[in-house]
Amino acid sequence: MTLEAVLVVAAALFAVGLYGALSQQVIVMVMMGLELMINGVLLAAGGFWWFLAPAPSGQVLLLVILAAMTVEMAMGFAIATLLHRRRGTDMTDMAQELSQ
Amino acid sequence: MLIGIAFWVLAVIAVATGLAVFVVNSMARATYALAVSFIAVGVQILLLQQNYLGLITILMMVMEMAVMAVYMVMFMGMNPALMPMDMTHGKKTAIATSVGVFVLLAGGALLIPWPQRRGSPPADLTHALGLEIMGEKMLVMAVVGAVMVATIVAGVVLASHRTRYDRFGDDLRHRRVNDAQPGGGKQ
Repeated sequence: MTLEAVLVVAAALFAVGLYGALSQQVIVMVMMGLELMINGVLLAAGGFWWFLAPAPSGQVLLLVILAAMTVEMAMGFAIATLLHRRRGTDMTDMAQELSQ
Repeated sequence: MLIGIAFWVLAVIAVATGLAVFVVNSMARATYALAVSFIAVGVQILLLQQNYLGLITILMMVMEMAVMAVYMVMFMGMNPALMPMDMTHGKKTAIATSVGVFVLLAGGALLIPWPQRRGSPPADLTHALGLEIMGEKMLVMAVVGAVMVATIVAGVVLASHRTRYDRFGDDLRHRRVNDAQPGGGKQ
């Protein structure tokens, strides 16, 4: 296990998540893509911490990444609920004009 | 050696189940696949000796998948596992973009001459992290706390069926609507 190996796996997770975020129409599936991307960032940050500078302060950055993941999930579900209530749909293509 | 093998097995599981999220033909299977991918990454973080964060990642993601299951039951009104679906757009562009990003990131990871490790991890990392966020890095956690509160408020406002913004307008200056029943339906 090397830093390069961890970063390549993290890059693969990020790329898979990016594919999902760009290609999916259902909001929950888009959220899944975004979470996979953040998961890749989390793994890369963990690898950087362990292989480059294993000081406790670096772990705080990983906590912030986890918090970002939580915020993304909470706001995504809230927006999906709003969209479902107002438009009766959960597709991104139906939400191109959010002001209407 | 064993840790290296475990890492690569988990890496294959994490990426394969991550791919499966967008390949399987139902949202329930996609949710399970994502949960497995997250657990694999959580265990990889445990292999990197970050016990607290690895465990938090696993616990958080399992709970998140449970919320997704509740969401599906609430809004889809059927067993989502039985509903085949393929709701995508711009697939070719998405594949090209993600492959390009992977090549760029992986190329950077393999070609950059990374510096040597500086320092060594503390004996009890969880304890050291606790001291850090309750001491020198407390501002970070205070800001994260405020962001969490803002997220809760924004989530409730967005997801609520009817709030004071519905009754009084976006600027809260409208007169109170003539509700048939106090706190009743939207006008």
